[in-house]
This record gives sequence, C-alpha cells and structure tokens, in this order.
Amino acid sequence: MNRALCSRAYLLCFSKSKSLPFEWMDRAIKLQLSTSEMNYFPDEVIEHIFDFIASHRDRNSISLVSKSWHKIERYSRHQVFIGNCYAISPERLIRRFPCLRSLTLKGKPHFADFNLVPHEWGGFLHPWIDALSKARVGLEELRLKRMVVSDESLELLSRSFVSFKSLVLVSCDGFTTNGLASIAANCRNLRELDLQENEIDDHRGQWLNCFPDSCTTLVSLNFACLEGEINLSALERLVARSPNLKSLKVNRAVPLDALTRLMSCAPQLVDLGVGCYENEPEAESFDSLMAAIKKCTLLRSLSGFSEVAPVCLTAFYPICENLTSLNLSYAAEIQGNHLIEFVQFCKRLQLLWILDSIGDKGLEVVASSCKELQELRVFPSDPHDEEDNNTAVTEVGLVAISAGCPKLHSILYFCKQMTNAALITVAKNCPNFIRFRLCILEPTKPDHITSQSLDEGFGAIVQFCKGLRRLSVSGLLTDKVFLYIGMYAEQLEMLSIAFAGDTDKGMLYVLNGCKKLRKLEIRDSPFGNAALLADVGKYETMRSLWMSSCEVTLGGCKRLARNAPWLNVEIINENENGRMERNEEDEREKVDKLYLYRTVVGTRKDAPPCVTIL
Amino acid sequence: MISELEMGKAESELELGLGLSLGGGTAAKIGKPGGGGAWGERGRLLTAKDFPSVGSKRAADSASHAGASPPRSSQVVGWPPIGSHRMNSLAAKSAREEEEAGKKKVKDDEPKDVNKKVQVGFIKVNMDGVAIGRKVDLNAHSSYENLAQTLEDMFFRGNPGTIGLTGQFTKPLRLLDGSSEFVLTYEDKEGDWMLVGDVPWRMFITSVKRLRVMKTSEANGLAARHQESNERQRK
Repeated sequence: MNRALCSRAYLLCFSKSKSLPFEWMDRAIKLQLSTSEMNYFPDEVIEHIFDFIASHRDRNSISLVSKSWHKIERYSRHQVFIGNCYAISPERLIRRFPCLRSLTLKGKPHFADFNLVPHEWGGFLHPWIDALSKARVGLEELRLKRMVVSDESLELLSRSFVSFKSLVLVSCDGFTTNGLASIAANCRNLRELDLQENEIDDHRGQWLNCFPDSCTTLVSLNFACLEGEINLSALERLVARSPNLKSLKVNRAVPLDALTRLMSCAPQLVDLGVGCYENEPEAESFDSLMAAIKKCTLLRSLSGFSEVAPVCLTAFYPICENLTSLNLSYAAEIQGNHLIEFVQFCKRLQLLWILDSIGDKGLEVVASSCKELQELRVFPSDPHDEEDNNTAVTEVGLVAISAGCPKLHSILYFCKQMTNAALITVAKNCPNFIRFRLCILEPTKPDHITSQSLDEGFGAIVQFCKGLRRLSVSGLLTDKVFLYIGMYAEQLEMLSIAFAGDTDKGMLYVLNGCKKLRKLEIRDSPFGNAALLADVGKYETMRSLWMSSCEVTLGGCKRLARNAPWLNVEIINENENGRMERNEEDEREKVDKLYLYRTVVGTRKDAPPCVTIL
Repeated sequence: MISELEMGKAESELELGLGLSLGGGTAAKIGKPGGGGAWGERGRLLTAKDFPSVGSKRAADSASHAGASPPRSSQVVGWPPIGSHRMNSLAAKSAREEEEAGKKKVKDDEPKDVNKKVQVGFIKVNMDGVAIGRKVDLNAHSSYENLAQTLEDMFFRGNPGTIGLTGQFTKPLRLLDGSSEFVLTYEDKEGDWMLVGDVPWRMFITSVKRLRVMKTSEANGLAARHQESNERQRK
C-alpha cells in the first residue's frame, strides 16, 4: 500500500511541478519505483513530494514506511488534526511535529451537544496553549471543537504566536468577550475569527474596538453566536478597512440600516450572515438594503435571519440565483410559503439548511428547483411536538428530495414519521450518500403504515449506499438492523444509535462487521457487558465509544479497563453528590454513562469528581 | 421574602405534581441510583426516570412494548438530538410568541392551559465577581427554593478545578431571604432588574430573561424600583 501511495504522490508531484530537474523526472517515469530507490533522492525532493500528500491519514501512512521517511515527514508536517484531545499530550505532539503551524483539536464527546455530558467534564485548551507557547511553535491556525476555552488561554494565545492568523471555535465555552478583545488587540496578522455556536459570556464590552486601526487583513469574521450589543461604528470602521473581507456573519444586534452600511462598504463579500430585523422595515430602508445587496455580485452564501420579518428575505432576491449555500435554520419567524418562494429561485444551491416549516410541499419545490443540491439539513421547528402542527415534513418530502437531487450526498432529517418503503426508495434513488442521519422525533416509533420496525428501511440504506461513512438511526429498530449494518456498511466510520436493538447481538454485529468504524455512540439501548467485552482489541482501531443508559455494569467496565490498559475507560456518574460512592460500589450496578477512548498518554489528570477513570 | 401564600392554588397544585420528583434530592431515590438524579447535571431537563409511569427505557424491546408506553420526546434528556444553541433559539421564539399571545388576552385571566409547558430553555446566570456565567434550565425547576438550591450548588459548591467558579464560600447562600451577602435578581422582558421571589413562580418563568446573583450592597436600589413600578401599575 505504501508503495502504491508513494508512486501516486510521485507522479502527482511530477505532473504539477516544473521545478524538479528533468533527469529526475525521467528516471522516475522509466524506473519501477520502489521506496529504497526513492531514498536516493535528496530529502528536499522527498519533502517536496510529501507536500502533495495533504490528507492526515495518508501522511500518517507514509511516516510508517521507514525511519528516514518518518523523520522527513515529521519536520514537514504543518497541519495536525487531533480528534480527541486526550489521546495525546501537547508535549508529545510538539516533540513529534515541531514545525506545526495549524492545529485542530476536539474535546468533549459528541453527545455533549445534547447536554448529556457534565459541564465540567474536561477538554481544556489551556495546557495546549501553554505547551505550544513554551516550545515557541510557530502556530498560525487553531481550530477547536467542544473545548473549554478561557480568557487566559486566549490572552496567552494572542501574545505567543506572532504569525497567528486564524481562530475557529465551534461549540466551545468558558470564555467571555474579554478573551475576544485580546485576540483582536494582539494578533497583528489576524485573518480569520470564526465563532460558531459557542457559549460566550457577553460582557457587552468594546471588543470590536480592540482591533487596531492597522488591522486590515481580515478575511473572515463571524460573531453570530454573541448575544450582546456591539459597537456598530467600530464594526463599520473595521469592515471598511478590510478590503479582503470575504465572510461576515453578524449577530442579532446589527439592525437593518447598519447591515446596509456594512454591505455597501463590502460589496466583495462572498459569505454573509445577517442579524435582526424585527419589525417590517420602512420602505426607504428596505430600498437601500436592496440596492446594497444588488452590488454584492460575489455573494454565494447566506445565513442568520434569527429574528427577521419575512419581507426582509425578499430583499435578497436580486442575488438568490447566485447562492450556493443557504442556512435558514434559525429563521423561525419566516413561514413555509415565504421560504418556498425564495428557495425556488436558488437554482445553484449546493447546501441548504432549513426548518421543517417548509413542509413536504416545500421540499418538492426544492427537489424540482435545486438540482445541484449536495447537502440538506431539515431541523424541527417544534421539537417536543407541542403544537398541533400538520405542516412538518414526512417521508414524502424525503423521497421527493432523493428523486429530484441527483448530487445529494449528505442529509440530516428530522421528522415525525417514516416508512420502510420510503427509505428503500430513497436508498435506491441516492446510492451516493456519504452521510445519512434520520431522526424520528418520537423514540421507537415504527413504520407508520405497516407498524413494523424500520430495520428493512435502514437495511436498504446501508446496502445501496456503499460509500456511507456516517449513519444515525432512529424509530423502532431490532437487532436485525444492526445485522444489516454489520454486513453492508463497509465504509462506515461513525454510527449513532438511540432507543434501538434487543440484545447484545445487535452491538456485536456492528463491532464485528464495520471494519472502518471509528466512533460509536449509543444511548438507551439494551447492550451490555457481553457486547462490550467480546472484542477488546476492536477499541484500539476506534477513536471512541460512548454508551449511556445501556446495560453495561461497573464490573464489566472494570474488566474492560483491566484488559485494555491503553484505553481510558471513563464512568460518568451524576448522582446528587456528584461523586461515586465508593463504599457502595457494586459490580452489578449499571453504569449511567460510559466513555472510552484509546490514548497514548494514560489517565488524564484533570477529570472532575463525577468522572471516574478505571 | 418569598411568600408561598401569594401563589395561586392552581399553581401550587401544579407544583405538587412536578415537585414529586424534584424536591431536594429525592429524585435520586426513585429508580436506580446513578441515573435518576435531576440535580446531578446542573439545570438538566427532566429525565424519563422522573416519570415512573412512562415505562422502561428499553422501549425498543417488543415484549415490553405492549405494556409500558414508550418515552415521549419531551420527557427524555437530550432528545431530540438538537444542539443546545439551536434549542435555546427555538425556546426564545416560543417565549416571544407566548408574550404576543398573552398581550392579546385580558390581563386578569388565569392562563387558560396551565399544563402547557413553557419553553424557556436554559437561561444565563451570572454572579458578581465570577467571570464565567452558567446556565440553568428553568423547566427543570418547580419553585424558587429549587432554583436557589441549584444556584447555590452551582456557584458555591463547584469543584475547585472548574474554571471561573468561586469555590471558596462555605456558608449557605440563602439567596431568597435577604440575610446573606448576595441576593438573586433577574432581568425581565422589559429590561428591568427585579428581585427574585416577588411574583408567582409561573409568572416569573415566563418573564425572566436572565438571572444575576448580586451583592446585597448593590441591590439596594432594586426594592425601591420594584415598589415604584407596582405603584405605577396600581394607578
């Protein structure tokens, strides 16, 4: 495999590079390439070849080929992705990749998004910044997901890395706008500040003012998740002096006239997130906005609209034909008919995130208008089914989309009902699915026409969609669906299970069958110790396993931890004392939440009392 | 400060129903330990285990399917799987709609459907002197006492390792009776800051926007303001 990989890289390199001497190119093409022969080339050549290998997985592979390749790869690696911040320590990371420039870190497990993980569980950024700073790593980019970030960390970050360019924070928490102020004030070369769905304590301060007048390098600024007021004139001045600004996403505190001014001084915008226009605007304001929008001929992506009168969406008609990405999933104020009217003109749409208020009829319109659609997410506007709402989406909308959009490869769909027949049709219509996430709002709901389980429907999905990498199942499901998944889902990397299955066999089918499985998360399903312990070695090939409200016991977890010292087996126990009562430990006691992951650095030292690491 | 007598009969009856599994830590004694505690996770939504009549969590088991009713979406923690950021945005919209609807009704009416869940979601709580705020889920609380207890646990018995929380206070907070160093205040929909505890609980949760644990010394102006606005309303 390594040999084929390197040949490919080599040829790719030669096809793109004009800087290598002719005699080398000639030699490579004429000779049967082997790694030992490649080693006759100077290191710089090999490094140059490696430059073309961008994927983390491929780079990991080539570093295993030989010692000299390992060394060359280490020093030429600039981008590192760490899917679990506790799998490795910052010190070891830096020792291996001293020339690191771009780091991606993920902290809390996925189910933290749904309040299933205690707030104080972990995922702290500070040790990483501390270590990177001390080692004087030339960090330029930092991407974080579900990490706990503090103002101190942000301050240290802003002062430690002279070339720092890009900060992307997704679903993080623990910091305030003071931290943002440090970043603004001290990062001289900042290009990107992208805050997505974070919990930020907004001190309603003047953090935007902290960007010095000399800062003109901004390319992307997203503060849509901030809840407080901002200094509008500071924002306007910042945008006016940022000629490279391509992406701007503002928060609710930016009213319509301010938005108009912003767009007027940034007609080069490609990606726009709008704020709040609560009431219907005056005719004059509306006209000014529309005029400004017309000038934004490069605009391709639109989002926001969280408190918006529907008429304001119509201001964007002049550019809607150019849009490739549209996120109206927060636009709870805009009703289905307005959404449909707008979307039908967005003929170039590749990505659409929308609320189920668009209805099946709306999805049929999308199916007939948006032939370039690749990714669709339909979110529920009424998650707890409290309103008597007949306009939400059903299996009809899903089938329509699958029939009308040939390029569709990723879908997240919340609905109240589903049928096997629909899923089978969808599977046959869209064999190219990479991500398929279906969430039927009521747990364990069967096929609403036949009252049977949805095993056959999901079975068809995994059977026909041979490239499926991510799957979330829901509705009434028995062990059989897992038999199908284990049998057919050969490329599956991530599986989410809730309220499904009958016996340990279900989980075993998945663990035994899905060879590429990396992340498995299960809640409220009857899988126990037998499944957990059947193949301990499997977990070494996976990033992590989450099981909550299942049948695994403390005894089972202890046994697992004993047999797999390279795993961190965490028990999260949130009883009223926040502490596991050790004198009452009973091995037969069911574990509320289990989270295990492979690691090279052993037990972490920063776990809170509610977490016990076995 | 808080007066149980002020609460309407309907509300206290409703509270009794909710309070079954929510009063000071009794939740953990229902069902299995390690799973049922409603206060373990700060401000967590009610779990299926708080409603013993709902049935086992193994709703997928076809044998039990006929017997126990499966958990409904609104009774299960973390379900449906929607990010909290998004949930809060939806809750804010519901609250706004309720407010709109409420304005149209005659003000003196009791709320017609006391059983309708008010989706306030998680609201922010800040404390003077503490940099990082937290969030509480008002839906998971049934009274001022519950709320005060949760806040006390949150800010005063937090783990030393937790960023930003105080952890150094050892005496109880007693937020509601005006006897300690701190009082609990809230910002209502009109943007006014009020002392918590003056209005019936159900009215409070529909009008509260965020909470603040304020130093008593700073809160002196508040009582006066509240009285003034009361006087204005009476006129």
